[in-house]
Formats: sequence, C-alpha cells, structure tokens
Amino acid sequence: MSMAAEERSTRAPWALTAPALMLFVGVLLIPLAMTVMLSFHDWGQYKGIEPVFILKNWREIATDPYYAEMFWRTFRIAILTTLLTALLGAPEAYILNRMSGRWKSFFLLVILGPLLISVVARTLGWALLFGGNNGLVNKLLMSLGAIRSPIPFMFTETGMVVALAHVMMPFMVLSVWAALQRLDPQIENAAMSLGAGPVTIVRRIIMPQIMPGVLSGAIIVFSLSASAFATPAIIGGRRLKVAATLAYDEFLNTLNWPLGAAVATLLLVALVLIVVGSNALIERRYAEVFR
Amino acid sequence: MAFLELDRVAKQFGAQTVVDDFSLSVGKGEFISFLGPSGCGKTTTLQMIAGFLDPTRGAIRLEGKDLTAIHPAKRGLGIVFQSYALFPHMTAAENVAFGLEMRNVPRDDRAERVRAALAMVGLAGYEDRHPRRMSGGQQQRVALARALVIKPSVLLLDEPLSNLDAKLREEMQIELRQIQRTIGTTTILVTHDQNEAMSLSDRIVVMSQGRIEQIGTPQETYEKPASAFVSQFLGKTNDFAGTIDRATVPLRIVAGSWSAPAPAGLNGAVTVSIRPERIGFGDAGLGAKIVTRIFQGNHWLFQCDSECGPAIVIRQNDGKAQPAEGEAVRLTWRPEDMSVRARAGA
Repeated sequence: MSMAAEERSTRAPWALTAPALMLFVGVLLIPLAMTVMLSFHDWGQYKGIEPVFILKNWREIATDPYYAEMFWRTFRIAILTTLLTALLGAPEAYILNRMSGRWKSFFLLVILGPLLISVVARTLGWALLFGGNNGLVNKLLMSLGAIRSPIPFMFTETGMVVALAHVMMPFMVLSVWAALQRLDPQIENAAMSLGAGPVTIVRRIIMPQIMPGVLSGAIIVFSLSASAFATPAIIGGRRLKVAATLAYDEFLNTLNWPLGAAVATLLLVALVLIVVGSNALIERRYAEVFR
Repeated sequence: MAFLELDRVAKQFGAQTVVDDFSLSVGKGEFISFLGPSGCGKTTTLQMIAGFLDPTRGAIRLEGKDLTAIHPAKRGLGIVFQSYALFPHMTAAENVAFGLEMRNVPRDDRAERVRAALAMVGLAGYEDRHPRRMSGGQQQRVALARALVIKPSVLLLDEPLSNLDAKLREEMQIELRQIQRTIGTTTILVTHDQNEAMSLSDRIVVMSQGRIEQIGTPQETYEKPASAFVSQFLGKTNDFAGTIDRATVPLRIVAGSWSAPAPAGLNGAVTVSIRPERIGFGDAGLGAKIVTRIFQGNHWLFQCDSECGPAIVIRQNDGKAQPAEGEAVRLTWRPEDMSVRARAGA
C-alpha cells in the first residue's frame, strides 16, 4: 500500500468529522473558555468590564457567606428533588411495567406528557394552584376550613422542590423503566417459587437490579435540577436565588458579567465533579448488574 | 396412590382454550416429560402446577392435598426456568442460599447445604462467581442447584436445556438423569425435543393443541404411537395409504404391491405407519426406487420414491452391500412393526 493511501485513510475520519467538530468547538468550547476567562476579569459600576487577570470574583465567592448559602441551597434543592423523584418515580416505573399493553402505553404517555408542555407553563400551573391567597387549592382548602392561612408554596424551597420534581419525573421514570426492561421476566416467579413473599421480592430481587437505573436517573435529575433556571426563577423569584438565577441576575440586572461568569463556572465544575464521581462509584458498585 | 395428580385440568385465556381435559397421575420419584411442539400447552400446564397460573377447571393434588389452594411461594416446588432466571446481583452461593434463607435455615446449616448442592452439580469452587461471569452450562447448573437445595417435593424443569449447544445438552441430559436417580425427586420436564424426552423420562406425555395425545413409556410412545401426531412427532415415520380389501377371506391389507393379513376391527381406507429403520429391502413388497442414498457413518439413509409416495429407509451400516441410487427395490417389513389406523376423510 502506498504512503499516500495510508495518509488518506488517517485523514479521512478527521475530514468527515470536521464539520461537527467545528460546530462543537464554535458553539461550546470557545464560549465556555471565554466564560472561564471572563470570570477572571475585573468589573466596576462605572468602569464596566476590564480585561485583566485578577481573582477578585473568585475571592468574593469564596469569602462572602451569601454565595456559600446560595450554592448550598442549590444543591439542597437538587438533592431533595432527586430523592423525591426516586421515591415516587421508581415505584411508578415498576407499576407501569406491570401494566398490560394498552394501559401501559396510555400511562407512559401520561408520564411523558409533562415533557410536551413548556417548563414555564407547567410551573405557572403550580403557581395558579398554590400561589398565595388566590391559589386554587389554597382557596378551596381555606373555604372548606381545612387550613386557616394559605399553604406557603411560592418563594419556598418546598415549592421549588415540588415543582422541580414534577418537571424531572419523566427522566427518572424512563431511566428506571429501562432498567426494568432488562429484568428476566421469570425472575419474580423464580423468587416466588423459592418461598419469597411480594415484599421480599421487591426488596431483595427487584430493587438491587433496578438500582443502577435509579442512580443513573438520579444523576440526570440532579444535574438538571442543580442547573435549572425557569422553575426556580418563577417559584423562587428574587427572594430565593439558586446558582442559575444568580448568574442570570449578575449578567442581566447588575451587569457584573465577570461575577456571573464565576458563579456559572463554579456551578459547572461542581456538577461535572459530582456527576463523574458518582458515575464512577456506581459503575464500580454495580459492575455485576451492568455487565 | 398418586403422588401428584392432575384431574381434568383446563386453562382458558379469554375464549382460547390452551389446555383442555388434562389428567395425569405421577408416582413418587417418577421422571415425566411433557412433550409437544410450541403452543401445545405444556408450559402452561407446568405453570399451573407451579402456581403462576390458576387452572380454569380441574384439580391439582399433591399427596392428596389441593395444590391450587396453596400460594406458589408455599408450594415448596423446585423450578428451573428456560432462561434460568438467576439473580444476577448475587453470587452462585447466594443464589442457591436464597431459598434456604426464605425457610429460615440457620446460617451454618445453610452454608453447608449450599456447598453440597453446588458440589452435586459439579460447581464446587464456583461459590463466589456471579452468574454473568459463568457459561450457559454453569448457569444452568446453578439454577438446578438452587431448585434442588430446598429439597422440593416436585422438580419442575421448563425447557432447561434448550439454550445449550448440542454437545453440552447431551452431557447435561446424562447428568440430570443421574442426579434425579440419586436424590429421587419427582420430576416434570417440559420439552419440545423428543430425544431429550426419550432419554430422560420414565414416561412421556405427548401433547398437541392443549390435549394429551398419549401417555406412555418412551418405548411405548415410539413403538406404539396412539395417533398420527405422535408417530410423526416422535422420530421419523413413513405413512402409506392402504386399503383393507373386503373381497378376500381372510381380510388382507394392501398398499401398492405390498400386502399382509389385516388386523381385526378395521375396514376400508387405512394408513400404514412404519418406522424407517424397520423397513428392509427384499424380493417382494412395496415397489420403490432409490432417489438418494446418504452415508451417515453408523447407518445409511435412503430416500425412496415408492408406489405409495415418498419413503425413508434407514439401514444399519453392517458392512453389507447396499442398493445404489436409481436402483429399483422392494420394501418389506414385519407386520408387528407397523401400526394401522383408519384413514380420515376416506
């Protein structure tokens, strides 16, 4: 074989992937690098952005307890949302999987339904139901005398977790459902024939096998919740900020782009570390089930 | 008294009858095979014994007790599934121990019995392997150990060997038979493989379309098939259209230029069934021409074009000269080797 042919064969894959690669570099890597750069720039009320290299923004985030509280809140909400989706989504997927054909496809559609509606519309729906004195549910409960004052929902972490869990549920259900598909259809009968009751079957046989699905669903839900913007913006507003809404405010209201960039970068780095770390842990722990 | 008894058991799914009028009594320690093509209801019957399905009609009794009233988890039957259905997140030992754990067997006793069970199926030293790191044959053995370690009253095997390659399947058949003989557990095997059923079982239940065609020893079902289905399903068979001629006395059965004294009780159009290995080449008999001659080591296989349609003949390779392709021959057989049935629609 000639040298030229060999050269061509190594060059061809690069040439073929070049368009996608360039798009990737252009719309992801360069802006990302610029954001990281931006976080080291200086900013003043009157002088605007100064392209220098200083650690001012990072020092501010590290020392001001406001940021620590805000990041802590972000991850607390993400963790609680993940727990809630896992607790509700895993049984939901299990029940869905046991349904017979026609009902299964119907309820799968019901579960996927939220994905077809804009996050903003869905979150506003929650606001309509629970928002202060005029919220539908609050009004009903108050007129029935069940509660005296409206259930606090807007501008609370509980409200954010509930609304986020609603948005994220399909990801958890689908992830667990995929794990359930891999189960041997006779496995429950096998356990039953050996004398296991329904609770034992779920706890000892089903749970360990769908755990990888729950955990990969958890990673998706966690990272999406921690970086969610629309739901925290509507439910939490300015009063209860999370990392994403804070970065947004710094960029568009305060116009302190460097500080916003530092918040966004820190969120990204923290998320990447958490996701990669837990993924490695899960893969090691469940090597036998994954094979 | 029968150990396990199925009394006119039937199963319907909606309007479809999958198993109908299934009656069988199994003696203690017996090895029974349910044999039939897919969709004949053999697995459904097994699942009714296991308790995963409830019979629509009929009764299933184990030692005189109504089995259908007992929850499947409490029946104490050992089951080996076609897919093995091992617990992938547990080691071989944990898989086998699961049934004992459910019975609250003390830990030391449990470990001892698990080790013994794995040793029995030839898997000593594999205790800590996970199923997915084992070969198909090894997984099969774990599944067998898991079913046997609970000392089941009946062992149910649902096509356990169908996922193994031919050589391994043969090995497992011999081993399965030995294990069953040693521990004497009453066993029911579901299979579509006639060789498997014949080499393993004391009796075979041949099923077709939800009904029992014949119950008998392997030899009985092969030598004296009760129906055309059985004779065709169990091994190869030649069916020749014949007639019993009323004009001659005594009555003679005639197929082409072959004839023999007619069996009693039949008249008119009949089917003469004869196994290929029972046909010989002679001076008189059914006229035929050898179409192909295939050498298969220990025997010769002849495909012939006879007066009554295509015929297969198998001859032992006993070193004697065999007819060549294209040669005209006469096919003969002993009257006791054939079975004669009234021909439907004639």
